[in-house]
Amino acid sequence: MRLLPCGDRAVVAEFGDAVDPAINARVRAFAYSLQQMSHGGVLQVTPTYRSALVEYDPLTLDWDTLTALLHEADRRTTTLRLPAPRRVRVPVCYGGEFGPDLESVCEHTGLSQDQVIARHAGAEYLVYCVGFAAGFPYMGGLDPALVTPRLPAPRTKVPAGAVGIGGQQTGVYPMELPGGWRLIGRSPMRLFDAGRQEPCLLQSGDLVTFVPIDAAEYERVAAAVATGGYAVERA
Amino acid sequence: MSGPNGFKVVAPGLLTTVQDLGRPGFQSIGVTESGAVDSYALRLGNWLLLNTEDAAALEVSLLGPTLQALRTTAVCVTGADLGACLNDEPLPLWAAVKVVPGDRISFSGPRRGCRAYLCVAGGFDVPPVMGSRSTDLLGRLGGLDGRALRAGDLLPVGRPSRPTAALAGRRVPDPFVPDYPDELTARVVLGPQDDFFTPAGIQALLTGTYTISPQSNRMGSRLDGPAVEHSRGADIISDGMPLGGIQVPPSGQPIVLLQGRQTMGGYTKVATVISPDVGRIGQLCPGDRVRFTAVSVGDAHRIARAEWAHLDQARRTLLTLPDPGTAPAPVEPQPAAPAPGGQPTAAPVAPAAGVHQLRVRLAGREFAVTVEEA
Repeated sequence: MRLLPCGDRAVVAEFGDAVDPAINARVRAFAYSLQQMSHGGVLQVTPTYRSALVEYDPLTLDWDTLTALLHEADRRTTTLRLPAPRRVRVPVCYGGEFGPDLESVCEHTGLSQDQVIARHAGAEYLVYCVGFAAGFPYMGGLDPALVTPRLPAPRTKVPAGAVGIGGQQTGVYPMELPGGWRLIGRSPMRLFDAGRQEPCLLQSGDLVTFVPIDAAEYERVAAAVATGGYAVERA
Repeated sequence: MSGPNGFKVVAPGLLTTVQDLGRPGFQSIGVTESGAVDSYALRLGNWLLLNTEDAAALEVSLLGPTLQALRTTAVCVTGADLGACLNDEPLPLWAAVKVVPGDRISFSGPRRGCRAYLCVAGGFDVPPVMGSRSTDLLGRLGGLDGRALRAGDLLPVGRPSRPTAALAGRRVPDPFVPDYPDELTARVVLGPQDDFFTPAGIQALLTGTYTISPQSNRMGSRLDGPAVEHSRGADIISDGMPLGGIQVPPSGQPIVLLQGRQTMGGYTKVATVISPDVGRIGQLCPGDRVRFTAVSVGDAHRIARAEWAHLDQARRTLLTLPDPGTAPAPVEPQPAAPAPGGQPTAAPVAPAAGVHQLRVRLAGREFAVTVEEA
């Protein structure tokens, strides 16, 4: 673990320099361990791909005490029992008006629409971290055969729930945002809703699978989501 | 549930948003911190009006709005001098002023600083979202539907802690009123990614003079000046974005990250502005200048503690100001003592043993600070 100062109120605890599930697991274990220690001077822990940003109160934690605390949190990860990863099923209606770029992904990859859908829905994706926008999951695990470059010019508006491929990444837009990923489908689920008890559907460490649905099922789930009557499928 | 409408927006200004002390604690799910860029000015305005320090105010940027009062209440403008007016007459800053229905608050244009805070007794009472009323323009959360003010908006206000007559006329004593210079030196701690830069690049950052770019916004103050040269590219695997982080994209032109920043980013951060100086940079206008000087983490902590002591002194002083119309508030050497006839409110201060006076020099300004033993 490397500790990199960020001014007087934050420090980065870095565990490697690669997008790698094992490094990310160490980051998550460290963040969990530090949170379990419940030190009042630790204000916020933000786990990302290969490091965690730790914000602290310099009035209660000087540098030596802080670094001792962080090393202790890291040591405890070896014996800590981590919560099991959550498995979340995200329904997606692929292609057509729901996935206007599916055709261009087929052209680039040389696969048929059914093959792209089968491969995309056939994998399990690790949520490395959530960031960039509220509820936006950075996921890994895309089938290499589906890798497709981003659009030459990003869209100014991508609708909430859009499922896209951008290079080696895939993900779901939590809200309407500008974006350059190729949109292959759309989920009726809302990844982020500030008014919900649990605003964010996904968290770092979750394992996600996409479940193909048709347009009628999309409308049914969307209506249930809108009234708060949709139960997220978790395992 | 919101309070009664206190103001109507006649003209919205360049970028006027509802802000409080922000929405921390949700960075791990991608939610921007938000909050007042100059939290010192927000806190003092709230304390002057005997609000809680996290009551919501309007953050007014450069060209201010025109508002029409719908109720009798007390307001206070702190932060930058953007030419605040009440019915076209200059409005005293850092002072609580009574407004009555039909009064117009407007801003004639920037004179000193970039962001002013229009505070109101009881605070602006928009519905809290995830614990905060701050406007998150990126996530479109909080404030008025997550957006800046528009003409015709109605602004609800909360319940004041005291009647208007007990608030109007209160004034922030001069030692607590910052000046907003058009040139300053900000202190930084190198890192987290200073090892991605050449020695010449870091030298450029610490010796150059940078100009605030007109492209600056609540996400960051963009700087124009000597390029900060990378040694192995500008891109990293996206990581957390600290407040005050100095992000350097491939152009080499730095960006100081402010309250409206995203939670993660993929550009190297050469250094981080220490927390007391972030709000000062956020008060620089396009064309203003900033230089950087490096301090150690230990020094940064000492500075942060002294700033906190100054802030705490301001709080004690403002919460124990005498009623308007009686003797002017004592400021030095013992500002913490309640004045005769004063009305201690939220946090009454008992004259305590173990009180030490010291003078602190920060950013070219000298402050009297009272430190109490725990």
